[in-house]
Amino acid sequence: MFQQRTLRKRLGFKLTLAVCATALVTITVFAVSNIRSHSRSLLAEVERHANQLSEAVRSGTEYDMLGNQRERIHESIKRMGNQPTIERIRVMNKSGAVIYSSDAGEIGKMVDKKAESCYMCHSAGRPIERLEMKERTRVFRLQPGGPRTLGIINPIYNAPSCWTAACHAHPRSQVVLGVLDVTLPLAEADKDIRAAQVEVVVFALSAILALSLIVAFLVRRWVDVPVAELVEATQRVAGGDLRYTIAETRDDELGMLARSFNNMTGKLSEARLQLFQSDKLASLGRLAAGVAHEINNPLTGVLTYGSFLLKRTKDQPELQEDLKVIVRETIRSREIVKSLLDFARQSVPKKTEADINEIVSRAASVVESQLALNHVAVSRNLDPNIPKAAVDANQLQQVFINLFVNASDAIGPKGGTITVSSAALSLSPVGITQIKKAQCPKRHSLIDGEVRIDGKPSVRLKARSDGNEGFIYLNPMYAMGGHHHGIPVDDRKVIALSCPECSASLIQPNRECPRCGAPAYAFESPPKGLVEGCSRKGCDWQRWEEVDATGAREFVELRVHDDGCGIAKDLLPKIFEPFYSTKGQKGTGLGLSVIWGIVDNHNGTIHVESEPGAGTTFILRFPVRA
Amino acid sequence: MKNRRDILVIDDEPVITRAVSRICAEEGLSVDAADSGSAALDRLDARSYRLVLCDIMMTDLDGFAFLKEAARRAPKMPVVMTTGYATLENAVRSLTDGAADFIAKPFTADELLAVVRRALRARRLQEEASASGPRESLAFVPCPPKYYRLGNVSWVKEEREGTALIGLSDLFLKTIDGVAALELSPLNDEAAQGAPCATVTSAAGDRHAVACPVGGRIVAVNEAAKADPASLEKDPYFEGWLYRVVPTDLQGDLKSLVSCSSDRL
Repeated sequence: MFQQRTLRKRLGFKLTLAVCATALVTITVFAVSNIRSHSRSLLAEVERHANQLSEAVRSGTEYDMLGNQRERIHESIKRMGNQPTIERIRVMNKSGAVIYSSDAGEIGKMVDKKAESCYMCHSAGRPIERLEMKERTRVFRLQPGGPRTLGIINPIYNAPSCWTAACHAHPRSQVVLGVLDVTLPLAEADKDIRAAQVEVVVFALSAILALSLIVAFLVRRWVDVPVAELVEATQRVAGGDLRYTIAETRDDELGMLARSFNNMTGKLSEARLQLFQSDKLASLGRLAAGVAHEINNPLTGVLTYGSFLLKRTKDQPELQEDLKVIVRETIRSREIVKSLLDFARQSVPKKTEADINEIVSRAASVVESQLALNHVAVSRNLDPNIPKAAVDANQLQQVFINLFVNASDAIGPKGGTITVSSAALSLSPVGITQIKKAQCPKRHSLIDGEVRIDGKPSVRLKARSDGNEGFIYLNPMYAMGGHHHGIPVDDRKVIALSCPECSASLIQPNRECPRCGAPAYAFESPPKGLVEGCSRKGCDWQRWEEVDATGAREFVELRVHDDGCGIAKDLLPKIFEPFYSTKGQKGTGLGLSVIWGIVDNHNGTIHVESEPGAGTTFILRFPVRA
Repeated sequence: MKNRRDILVIDDEPVITRAVSRICAEEGLSVDAADSGSAALDRLDARSYRLVLCDIMMTDLDGFAFLKEAARRAPKMPVVMTTGYATLENAVRSLTDGAADFIAKPFTADELLAVVRRALRARRLQEEASASGPRESLAFVPCPPKYYRLGNVSWVKEEREGTALIGLSDLFLKTIDGVAALELSPLNDEAAQGAPCATVTSAAGDRHAVACPVGGRIVAVNEAAKADPASLEKDPYFEGWLYRVVPTDLQGDLKSLVSCSSDRL
């Protein structure tokens, strides 16, 4: 589409055009004024020259005039007038008659007052007697269409030597005796001016051309090309190719635009993937619901008739056995369909005392044949003496099946081994008990699901210290430290902690941290009593009496190890997030988050240890007594 | 007096209406069938029924719309809802909207009969209660003020410590012909609103699942009631509680419940 855009509409063209138009106007103005001032100075030069010449003629002839040597004056003027740089020299008397002239034919002729040489003084009716130099010169053409000439008149004033001369030709009362009129050709000067004009125009044109080319080149390089790239990219993205990126090679604003564009498409593609996956999940939910409804109706027919027959044939034992199978298997189908519906919902665990080793073995045998196809073997290293624990066997089986399949995917087609081991262990409650509920004295919940520490919702408290007010997010794992401070806090300063909702103080009066003596805070964690802690930053002291009182707790620990590709360190915190998947479109990205949810519902914990290239170990711990 | 039948079963699947008819006929109950909500409403105008068993997912008039219309035309007639799309939401909504009970498909003959018998008994008890008048000794004890109930099945009472008590309503217990056994979920189980959280077995051997009124973690189980199930009927609202729970979303769950205080107005 960009290619079809007409030249007129392109941004680069418009910019170039604007710059060129500006250059054209300024350079033209400059050229015109340059030509004008050049012509003026040339003309002034000629004027000065004409004036000097005129003075030279006057003083050259003055002596002869005083002696009334008319022939000599004629000769002098004729000779001087014949010089090629002089057009004409003539002297007119007061009445306007030409008395001397380099052009002999003119002598004796009368000059009209309106003629070029007289006009200046005689235009106002009464003749002006004194003239500035500027007013004495004029430029005119001798013949219409002929070359330009410059005329300068030089009035010959009366002087004492004139009225005292022997000829007595002029009375004393006369002011102006006559006019010396020198005419010079301007052809040379005009040639110079024309040459200068051509020069300036050529310069101006080449400057405009050069400027246009440079601007066009730079605009193309700095604007056109990156804008075209951006347009191309937006069209590609609009067309659905969200992986398209622009090369980020520039530091200017368009480079920044390209970077934010890439950033935006990155985010967009992430969001689309999540949407796609959640959509996939929603479709799965709809499918499950549809399947449940469709299958439950025919199942109702089978189950009602089956159970009805079972009731009616109590006296026929051979039929009873068969009917019992029908009813039992239909009820099993009912449970399967129900689990489909429960899939969307985090289903409630139905805990019974179970041998986790058995659950692990069952899960392994479910997937073993599939894993064998990928040359993955499951090695069992189960401790037969682990105690039974209260767990939902079906959910736990789902957990292990998922972990085995994930491990097999991590191992890949080259094959490998999954090792699953179990052991009993007893742990102190510190660091393994999670604060799942927290309340202020007015029973506002302090649990914040948005700020998570190691994936678990934190306990949010309002904190004030030194005039700063903000939030402190406590690690929900009991006595583990690692709290997040939302405001800058000094280790030595006292922090006032309160409920974010009602601002009720959580600081305990007369209660001090036994480790450092700072004021202690406390909040309720129903139904397990008060959790106390030290308000000073850097001190991790916490006490949870009811949990401490239970003493060390029995756990069953399961380790699922694979010798696959491992997980990069920076991805480890993300793997339990819903919709996070490294399997692309293949996985729903729900597996590990569902596992996390199930383990959490069992009050258990799940950790992962991984070394890229060496393998991954998932460590699960379930309390023997919940 | 209109022509009277025992049960009207509404389902767009003929195999289900036929199965229900045969099972109930075996127990001596007369059954009519309708294959849609509107056909069922026509039947209601023509005859009176002691009980309706109604599917939720129907094309023309869904079960909830039928329930509303049936309550207007025959206020005392109990309606039992059923659906193959047996989500907790459907179960809770049925009871909230005034259904006598909810039974998820597929069900066995015994499960169906247990529900039918209980609904019929509940109707009889309510008729007796209204016949004897408010001053007479009541046929069943309504739940105390400040309690909330899920249909006429279970109740919940908020406690000061942020926990809540859960128990069975007297009407529910009275409709079971003598409580013989009580099965309860273990401590620390998570209960969900509308999901079965206990099973009561009657003297006759019928098993009745109890829908939980609120969701939450079970922190105490009434072992005394478990040991002596018959004691439930003596004091269903105080000594006869079943669980103490830490509710997950009490305020949200309460929206689906009926306040017992408002029952007494």
